[in-house]
Amino acid sequence: MKRFKTPTASNLTMRLKLFCAAALLSATSGLMAAGGYEGLESSGINVQDIASLQRGAGLFMNYCHSCHSAEYMRYQRLAQDLELPEEMVEENLIYGDREITDYMIAAMPDNSSDWFGKKPPDLTLKARSRGPDWIYTFLKSYYLTDEGWNNKILANSAMPNVLWQLQGIQRPVVETYEDDTGVSHSEVTALELEQAGLQTPEEFEQTIRDITAFLEYMAEPVILERERMGIWVLLFLVIFTFAAWLLYHEYWKDVKK
Amino acid sequence: MAKPASTLSRQVDAVGSWIDQRIPISSFWKAHISEYYAPKNFNIMYFFGSLAMLVLVNQIVTGIFLTMHYKPDAAEAFASVEYIMRDVEWGWLIRYMHSTGASFFFIVVYLHMFRALMYGSYKSPRELVWILGVFIYLVLMAEAFLGYVLPWGQMSYWGAQVIVSLFGALPVIGDPLVEWIRGDFFISDATLNRFFALHVVALPLALIMLVVLHLAALHEVGSNNPDGVEIKKNKDAQGRPLDGIPFHPYYTVKDIFGVGVFLTLFAFVIFYAPEFGGYFLEKDNFVEANPQVTPQHIVPVWYFTPYYAILRGVPDKLLGVLLMGAAVMILFLMPWLDRSKVRSIRYKGWGSKIMLAVFAVTFIRLGMLGVAEGTTAETIETRFWTFMYFAFFALMPFISKYEKTKPVPERVTS
Repeated sequence: MKRFKTPTASNLTMRLKLFCAAALLSATSGLMAAGGYEGLESSGINVQDIASLQRGAGLFMNYCHSCHSAEYMRYQRLAQDLELPEEMVEENLIYGDREITDYMIAAMPDNSSDWFGKKPPDLTLKARSRGPDWIYTFLKSYYLTDEGWNNKILANSAMPNVLWQLQGIQRPVVETYEDDTGVSHSEVTALELEQAGLQTPEEFEQTIRDITAFLEYMAEPVILERERMGIWVLLFLVIFTFAAWLLYHEYWKDVKK
Repeated sequence: MAKPASTLSRQVDAVGSWIDQRIPISSFWKAHISEYYAPKNFNIMYFFGSLAMLVLVNQIVTGIFLTMHYKPDAAEAFASVEYIMRDVEWGWLIRYMHSTGASFFFIVVYLHMFRALMYGSYKSPRELVWILGVFIYLVLMAEAFLGYVLPWGQMSYWGAQVIVSLFGALPVIGDPLVEWIRGDFFISDATLNRFFALHVVALPLALIMLVVLHLAALHEVGSNNPDGVEIKKNKDAQGRPLDGIPFHPYYTVKDIFGVGVFLTLFAFVIFYAPEFGGYFLEKDNFVEANPQVTPQHIVPVWYFTPYYAILRGVPDKLLGVLLMGAAVMILFLMPWLDRSKVRSIRYKGWGSKIMLAVFAVTFIRLGMLGVAEGTTAETIETRFWTFMYFAFFALMPFISKYEKTKPVPERVTS
């Protein structure tokens, strides 16, 4: 397995900037929440946590990337943004004969749709179209039945639970009820861990949180830069606006007398 | 004795007057900027005209840079936008400035229009200022719709599908018309190409031309103000309005302050909430257009939703389309629907005040219902607010004519 650097965002100004970014973000989170699906858990990701993104990148390459492409993302961009040396990415994260400047195309051959019934979707923008909470809850909601793997969030998902060795095996708690017309329905109301995996539930939650954070970053790599930069832009504009206000009052003295 | 002017400044003056004898730059500057007298009592609602100009410039400049990297090709459009977001230097900023600018354009324009409704800025002699403004609004809606198709995401595609098919509701010419607009039997590469041409060339030209006319008409009749008093009635010995101040420097410095506040809000959205919770950039538009997969919930962008709600509230497609069209077109009649003796809401009666407040609530509520799922209860509520929308215009001639107004002061108050 790979070793990753510890985060470098330890100095004070960086922390201050991250704090401001987080405060501003939480101010808009009410709006963000108005986005669609029911029964989703909060992913609790911090996309500015470089260590989490590094772990997520490693997990993505090991568990997702053999089937899923990220066709708009270059390996090189990943190395730069996540503060990983290019040689390390080339040696440990890139499979086959791909170059560091290539887009992240999965190793799976083109006839892959024969394997699962459909081609595994591209994951570059999944976090923007589905939202991080959906991805987090989806990765957590696999269960095993006699017919094979299924998912509480995405019923009959073509993807098996690739993380089952880490998570263990969950079984569904099924509730059967009759509606007004007497037709019986069954619904998965909860999931129970039947067989423990290599990780404890808390460790596994952190694992999928890291993957989700990485997908969130990959959907918009500039998110790291823009949130850091925004503070300075806003600071400049506030000072500019104040200066403009002083100028306005100076000029308007003779109008308002 | 005055110091003789330096050689350099004499040369600059000479060049200046040489030009001025051939093209009237300085008289233009005087007429429209330095000696254009605007009422001195403008309030916060008067920032939005200059801000609309600022956003227009922002859209044009960022649009030019986006055009350098965007590919108007159904096979490449979506990927080229992601290329702009990732590989083009500052491409992400340019793109967010453009996408956020589109929404801010409507925020600013809606407030600008509401200001006109508040203070009766459409009334004689400013009818053409208002009518040209409504034309700007129409072209802006078309421009925004066409622009939204260009990223070629699922909402681009299916939004275009829904909007273009509305023309199919027209009798006889409907179907051929829809085919003519699309240039194909479905929304396709041909559609994307022509929408690109219209979005980057035709409509911006129309928009700029209309803005020039809007300002020319405004400067001919002079600006209205929150009191609705005609400042040209009281002039000093030199013929300058007593309640007027030169646009430059007074309103230029004031507008720069407005620009500062505006840009701060604008930058906050660009840097911290560019999707604005799915309202400015819809989630489904991060999925590439796919003619085979219809999204569960096709919703237009927020600035169209009041009209979309009116459309959806009517069970019959043709009637819905006509009612939606009427909801926009009725704005043209404003100067003649308002028969009040006074301009400003300040001096109108309670009837007009209540109607205007209800109209504001109506428009916002219709917008909220336009993004809702469309349950039966919501549809019934939509019909109620649609009724209220038209009631505002239908009752105006009577309320404005017969209500008791307050006396209007001779001079502006401040």
